[in-house]
Amino acid sequence: MSVLNFIVNEILSQPAMLIGIIAMIGLIASQKKFSDVLSGTLKSILGFVILGAGAGVLVGSLNNFGPIFEAGFNIQGVVPNNEAIVAIAQQTFGRETALIMGFGFVANILFARFTPLKYIFLTGHHTFFMAALLSAVLGTAGLTGVPLVVMGSVILGALMVIMPAIADPFMREITGGDDIALGHFGTIGYVAAGLTGKAVGNKENSTEEIKVPETFEFLKDSLLATAITMIIIFLIVGFKAGADVVSDYSGGQGIVIFSIMQGITFAAGVSIILSGVRMILGEIVPAFQGIGEKIVPNAKPALDCPIVFPYAPTAVIVGFFASFLGGIVGMFLLGPIGLTLIIPGLVPHFFTGATAGVFGNAVGGKRGAAFGAFVNGLIITFLPAMLLPVLGSLGFNNTTFGDSDFGVVGIVLGFIAKLIG
Amino acid sequence: MKILSVCGNGLGSSLILKMAVEKVLKSEDIKANVVVSDLGNAKGLDADYIVASPEIAERLKDHKATVIAIKNMMDKNEIKEKLISQINQ
Repeated sequence: MSVLNFIVNEILSQPAMLIGIIAMIGLIASQKKFSDVLSGTLKSILGFVILGAGAGVLVGSLNNFGPIFEAGFNIQGVVPNNEAIVAIAQQTFGRETALIMGFGFVANILFARFTPLKYIFLTGHHTFFMAALLSAVLGTAGLTGVPLVVMGSVILGALMVIMPAIADPFMREITGGDDIALGHFGTIGYVAAGLTGKAVGNKENSTEEIKVPETFEFLKDSLLATAITMIIIFLIVGFKAGADVVSDYSGGQGIVIFSIMQGITFAAGVSIILSGVRMILGEIVPAFQGIGEKIVPNAKPALDCPIVFPYAPTAVIVGFFASFLGGIVGMFLLGPIGLTLIIPGLVPHFFTGATAGVFGNAVGGKRGAAFGAFVNGLIITFLPAMLLPVLGSLGFNNTTFGDSDFGVVGIVLGFIAKLIG
Repeated sequence: MKILSVCGNGLGSSLILKMAVEKVLKSEDIKANVVVSDLGNAKGLDADYIVASPEIAERLKDHKATVIAIKNMMDKNEIKEKLISQINQ
């Protein structure tokens, strides 16, 4: 009895340990050596603790940002950042997230095995992020314990095969083959971009006829892009709020240096979180892939969005700009309709905008890439704003989930919960 | 021997590429330590070889390591042709 008590109360209540157990099961199931199982398990646990440390760094910067923004603009402003919101969510929903992720992998394999949707979703960080979103939304809707974990895992597993499936017709256009699928929870935005592109464009006028300068290559370094965005945002917000307000938070430091350091601190926090996520998933994803291949040998791997970039490098740049423009236009529309302001970030608009551009280009050429990615930009501005209320207390951290599917899933589940509730 | 697998965030594509590279190395019976990294950190890390998509490889061309651009990271033959031929030189 006391052993069971120890397992339930001591081990299972500790999210870092849970993550370690999930990694351990994966490693044992893929028949790794004892030393590999041990080091892999330890690395995952370390990764989770590192993630928490990163959240601490980042929250410091966000806690300064929120009130300064409100003082300057008289409205709440939010910077969408998946890593940030997920790391913060671990402080309240760590246990649920770990369990939903673990069983979500199992559910993905079962769906792929027993339904016609033969996909193995290998973008582990998005699985992790979606598990965090589901924990928060279902938790806010009043679910707890076993029902929360079961429901969350089934939804997660289903999304891991449904999203690659709805992107697949476009992926075949893009790659000209049928070997790879897209596994990224920005899919609703990409499909919207594809449909828009089809409606307005002509795929014969491809973006790849135009040459673009390589000045924007720095965007591929997402840490650098995060730092630059956050410095600019802090500077704008700081100057709008004025020196008096800023000095309340900076301990007397001037606006310029304070803003630069806060922007860099935010990026440093993201970097720490990323290295934590990398350590958590570095062992789990290969184990998951190995098991998936064994159980569903004819499944297609669903991969992270940069997989499509080499197929249309110019559409990547066009898509980024059009999406960012959509984000700015969207931001100015949010205020008048009474929603929280979503500040466009370079990183989400780069990755999802670029992918939307490639989708739009594949079916609608230049116009398709531009208009499609613009629509993606609007989507990833409006959805995060509408998502905030269903996140409950997690919605008050000045950051939120960035990519489209998190928004759609959260809003739909929140709506259903209200209907039932 | 140390091989870095690099992408923008060091989370998705680089991990997929690492798994593919490890499989190719195993089939060729070559022992190596394959490590995942994001672009920013990769610049400060030591390695013998770097594998990445062409646009990421372009940004690492000043690195001490031999940088190898892989277009299709699911294509084991491409990895074999480009990486293994370099290693065997």
